[in-house]
Amino acid sequence: MHDFVEITPLGGGAPRVQEINGIVLSEVTDRALASVAARLGQEDEAKALVSGFIEAPAPDAGRLSGSAKSAFWTGPDQWMVEAPIETHEDLAAELSEKAASRASVTEQTDGWCRFDLEGGDLVAVFEILCPVDLRKGQKGDATRTSIDHLGCFVLRRETDLVSVIGPRSSAGSLFHALETAVRAVR
Amino acid sequence: MIIHHPILGPRDSAEFTYLGDANLIHRPDWQAEDALAQFTDYGYQRKNPAGVHRELWFHEQGDRSWLVVTRNTVTHEITKVELARDVARAEGRDT
Amino acid sequence: MTQVNRLSGGLIDRNAPLSFRFDGKTYQGHKGDTLASALLANGVRLMGRSFKYHRPRGVMTAGSEEPNALVELRSGAAQEPNTRATTAELFDGLEANSQNRWPSLAWDALAINDTFSNFLTAGFYYKTFMWPRAFWEKLYEPIIRKAAGLGSISFEPDPDQYDKGFRHCDLLIIGAGPTGLAAALTAGRAGLDVILADEDFALGGRLNAEQFDVGDQSGAHWAANTVAELASLPNVRVMARTSILGAFDHGIYGAVERVSDHLARPEAGKPRQILWRIYTKRALLCAGAMERPIGFENNDRPGIMLASAMRAYANRWAATPAQEIAVFTNNDDGHRTAADLAAKGVTVAAVIDTRENAPKTGSYEVLAGAEITGTQGRLGLRSVDVKMANGQTRRIACGALGVSGGWNPNVHLTCHQRGKPEWREDIAGFVPGAVLPQGMSVAGAAQGIFPTAACMMSGAEAATDICADLGAPTPAIDLPSTEDAPVNITPFWHVQGAKRAWLDQQNDVTAKDVKLAHQENFVSVEHLKRYTTLGMATDQGKTSNIPGLAIMAELSGKQIPQVGTTIFRPPYTPTAIGALAGRSRDEDFRPTRKTPSHVWAEEQGAQFVEVGMWLRAQYFPRPGETHWRQSVDREVLQTRNSVGICDVTTLGKIDVQGADAAAFLNKIYANGFAKLPVGKVRYGLMLREDGIAMDDGTAARFAEDHFVVTTTTANAVPVYRHMEFVRQCLFPNMDVQLISTTEAWAQFSVAGPNARKLLQKVVDAEHDISNEAFPYMACGQITVANGLRARLFRISFSGELAYEIAVPTRYGDAMIRKLVEAGKEFDAVVYGTEALGVMRIEKGHAAGNELNGTTTALNLGMGRMVSKKKDSIGSTLSERDGLNTEDALKLVGFKPVDTEHPVPAGAHLMTKGDPVNAAHDQGYITSACYSPNLGCHIGIGYLKSGDTRLGEVVRLVSPLTGLDHDVEVVSAHFVDPEGERLRA
Repeated sequence: MHDFVEITPLGGGAPRVQEINGIVLSEVTDRALASVAARLGQEDEAKALVSGFIEAPAPDAGRLSGSAKSAFWTGPDQWMVEAPIETHEDLAAELSEKAASRASVTEQTDGWCRFDLEGGDLVAVFEILCPVDLRKGQKGDATRTSIDHLGCFVLRRETDLVSVIGPRSSAGSLFHALETAVRAVR
Repeated sequence: MIIHHPILGPRDSAEFTYLGDANLIHRPDWQAEDALAQFTDYGYQRKNPAGVHRELWFHEQGDRSWLVVTRNTVTHEITKVELARDVARAEGRDT
Repeated sequence: MTQVNRLSGGLIDRNAPLSFRFDGKTYQGHKGDTLASALLANGVRLMGRSFKYHRPRGVMTAGSEEPNALVELRSGAAQEPNTRATTAELFDGLEANSQNRWPSLAWDALAINDTFSNFLTAGFYYKTFMWPRAFWEKLYEPIIRKAAGLGSISFEPDPDQYDKGFRHCDLLIIGAGPTGLAAALTAGRAGLDVILADEDFALGGRLNAEQFDVGDQSGAHWAANTVAELASLPNVRVMARTSILGAFDHGIYGAVERVSDHLARPEAGKPRQILWRIYTKRALLCAGAMERPIGFENNDRPGIMLASAMRAYANRWAATPAQEIAVFTNNDDGHRTAADLAAKGVTVAAVIDTRENAPKTGSYEVLAGAEITGTQGRLGLRSVDVKMANGQTRRIACGALGVSGGWNPNVHLTCHQRGKPEWREDIAGFVPGAVLPQGMSVAGAAQGIFPTAACMMSGAEAATDICADLGAPTPAIDLPSTEDAPVNITPFWHVQGAKRAWLDQQNDVTAKDVKLAHQENFVSVEHLKRYTTLGMATDQGKTSNIPGLAIMAELSGKQIPQVGTTIFRPPYTPTAIGALAGRSRDEDFRPTRKTPSHVWAEEQGAQFVEVGMWLRAQYFPRPGETHWRQSVDREVLQTRNSVGICDVTTLGKIDVQGADAAAFLNKIYANGFAKLPVGKVRYGLMLREDGIAMDDGTAARFAEDHFVVTTTTANAVPVYRHMEFVRQCLFPNMDVQLISTTEAWAQFSVAGPNARKLLQKVVDAEHDISNEAFPYMACGQITVANGLRARLFRISFSGELAYEIAVPTRYGDAMIRKLVEAGKEFDAVVYGTEALGVMRIEKGHAAGNELNGTTTALNLGMGRMVSKKKDSIGSTLSERDGLNTEDALKLVGFKPVDTEHPVPAGAHLMTKGDPVNAAHDQGYITSACYSPNLGCHIGIGYLKSGDTRLGEVVRLVSPLTGLDHDVEVVSAHFVDPEGERLRA
């Protein structure tokens, strides 16, 4: 095992967790990410690759599926696969090997930061963050949209648990936007 | 405006960036005898109609699809939205 | 105690007394009051001064259309000018001041303008301040600026926060009067997802301002009970204090919710207001109607107000402007004011009705066929002069006058997509036209339906239709019986012969001004508006437009519909700039991007610079360094003499994979990539289709079907967008996939003669990075720190022996610490963007200043790189004659002849002996710096035929900074022109 010490997207040694207005806002760093994009004409095969890895159907457009290992749709014939970092640190290499020429796999773990919001009035929080309508949405929705000028994925993991995955370099700004919105809830 | 994304349904146009005339799909053949003239037309000539216009929009804050949106530039009515990739294939882009 | 004009009843909470201040004096009011109603209850009629003539003015309306009673609310940084007293909800400790007066509201020096009003007529400014021209800036503008505007601002930052929000619904109901409530009840019970929005804090609209019952309860009670039922439905959201500002494309509405304006201060963390973007399938406009005034001599005295406002103050707020009032009307509705005030014990001196057939409605006197010809009382109304039907004149004493000229449906939002309202003779008003914004329907008074029962029926029916359209089953709604009086009106716009009949009280526009505009041949209503200012400013002529149009029609012998209306535009009511900005202000103006070494750089005391959204270390000052140049020179010299480290993560990185990846790069780059071996990097120049350079970077080939492409920091996003365009729109059948990996890898440049030695201490020993095994432009996957995967590229921006090494970003902090530690024995330095810039200029590498949107490959000295053997974006149009002239600009270097002279970027170049003018321009400096290696300033830039002029001395001129001296044309590669260091 190498001897480098990691820091979190917020720059700390450990993920930040904060509870405000009954909502737990936490930095999540224990997931590896890799993008999987189907090679031309290999759409079904790529889908099968994702599905086989996450042990659940590959998600349709705008959706998230799986549990211990999961994936969400990011574009036509393109998914982001998530897996525990402890067991899948080099997730991209692992998937790439499985993919052969069926799909293009790219390491994405460190391209992103992830903040989970759980409990409380999440509808009220998200309606001042982005156009994603949590009143109408369901568990399993995965939407890419803009939060505070940042392109983010909004993943409804449970009815009252939402992940926001945004660009890692802006983790501080994104966390600040989320925290401000949580505080503003009436 | 609301753009009805063919895969994702209604999305706010604020999530998109705009390019312009969908004829940009029809990039001329570089080996044509009059390639320079064709590219000049391609690069600079626009119909710019007051009315129905087919135009390219990029879902930048979304799924990164380029779309061909048929929109009336006077009323902003959008009558058709297609994936540009499908349009390009259907209209003969063969590489 | 002192609320001399407080009546009985009303919807105020008498158990909740509130104290407030107006112009320094303390008054008492109640919860439920507005500032205007509380002032009236306290016997205050004078509330402001008019814009132009500083005429004393009182409150005219009881709503957001108020033109007169504008005040400065709050104090200090929170001071807000031009706030309507009629919508300001009273809270304990509220502080308000009148505006546009000096030294006091009652005695205002600039009221002298009123005496000179004959000069200050329509177009005064246009006519007067034309000449002499020399007076424009020095004399006229300061005078006009001093006199202009109403309220004043604090010049302090807004202390409050504002949010922006997004809401979705099936049906947005705009207005919660009888129509809106009936509609909401219908749609709410049918299960539609409904938002009911109203600008007032008490929902119910006119139901709160009238005496009549709805079913077996008062109108206000029915409204409150209905709102309670609606609020209990999970599918209905009731948004009080929310103004719908505009109807935008495809069913999107803009709204401002005043979350905290009724509080002394917003709660901690809570916004003052929220700007909502509401996405709707349908919208139902139930905005009601607004009463309009009648023009007559001196109709602007404090105490003269709309009859409906007077009635609202009495019924809802238990306040009357005076104990003795009169009413001036041309329709039946005005009589209701007299009846209601009489019932509250206020003396009604007379009802003056312009109609011969005026009804007799109460025990007070009704003067049929009469007109008001004058009024008395400078700071508050004392009496009115009435010309009776028989021609005699009577003076009637009264402290207030309610005026009713009929009602205008609130059509504004129906016109936001350029809809044109239509005239309806029976109500003498404009109603919404046939073309409405997508998804909008209109009901109730906004549609010209005035009886309350008919309004409710109209709202319920419209909601039923919408439910049917959206497929929701609609239960029948039993509407209660209520007021159902027909509309009786005989249009009467202004009393003939009046000299100063005020139409637009906010802008001091009289009927005479409209006449003058007509005489001067202004025909279009839009011109009339601009010339006279009728309908401008905060109220946008809500009460004045129609009377103005009527007079215009009369003068030009046209019908009102032929004259037409001006275009209504968003916002419907004035909106705080803060609400439009939301949280995007100060340090939150936009997000910040931080590099992987940011924490470390902060520890080192780095000076940071904004590069787009990125915060990058600009330089790292050391103790004793007092000027940035000392730090930068040191960083440059140490790098060139030994080794330097720099965080270059900000460069865009795009992963390109697929069987056609190389063919794809051949399209997007002017030069070829098909033959680039795996394990090698190549510089790539990207052109726009018009042949102009777009961006440059490198592409590293990690496998036959896998490249990593870099872009400049600034162009990472547009280049990615362009590549997706090429992939999806131009070559949809290529097997290629793209994804950004910019942030996934922490990338550091290690440059200088000792770069390899340093890296050999960092890269795990099993990876041979010797010059033989890993030559210039090699790339590969390696490991560091005993097994962490990393990428190594042998590329150089500085011109030195250099590498870029990348690790997963979460280890970027560990990596910079490791590099610094390993570099100690070489006296390694960490350098910032300034040193980076100096070294690339010394090496003559192009960057953003050179790729400035006007330059071609030829200009950059890379003309031969544009392959003619293949097709690439921009290759054909780059061959255009105009881009390939004999004297084309070429990128070269410049050194001052006198080494003490600076070389500023932006300076222009002239051939010696030529005059200094644009016609003789030879080129310009694009980038410049002080070169510590050469010991003088240097620059690179474009010079006509520059490549053939090396050694020539040209004249550098910068008229802006007054510089004019000689520089020598040299190679842009000041350092190591043969590239020996790179390959060492």
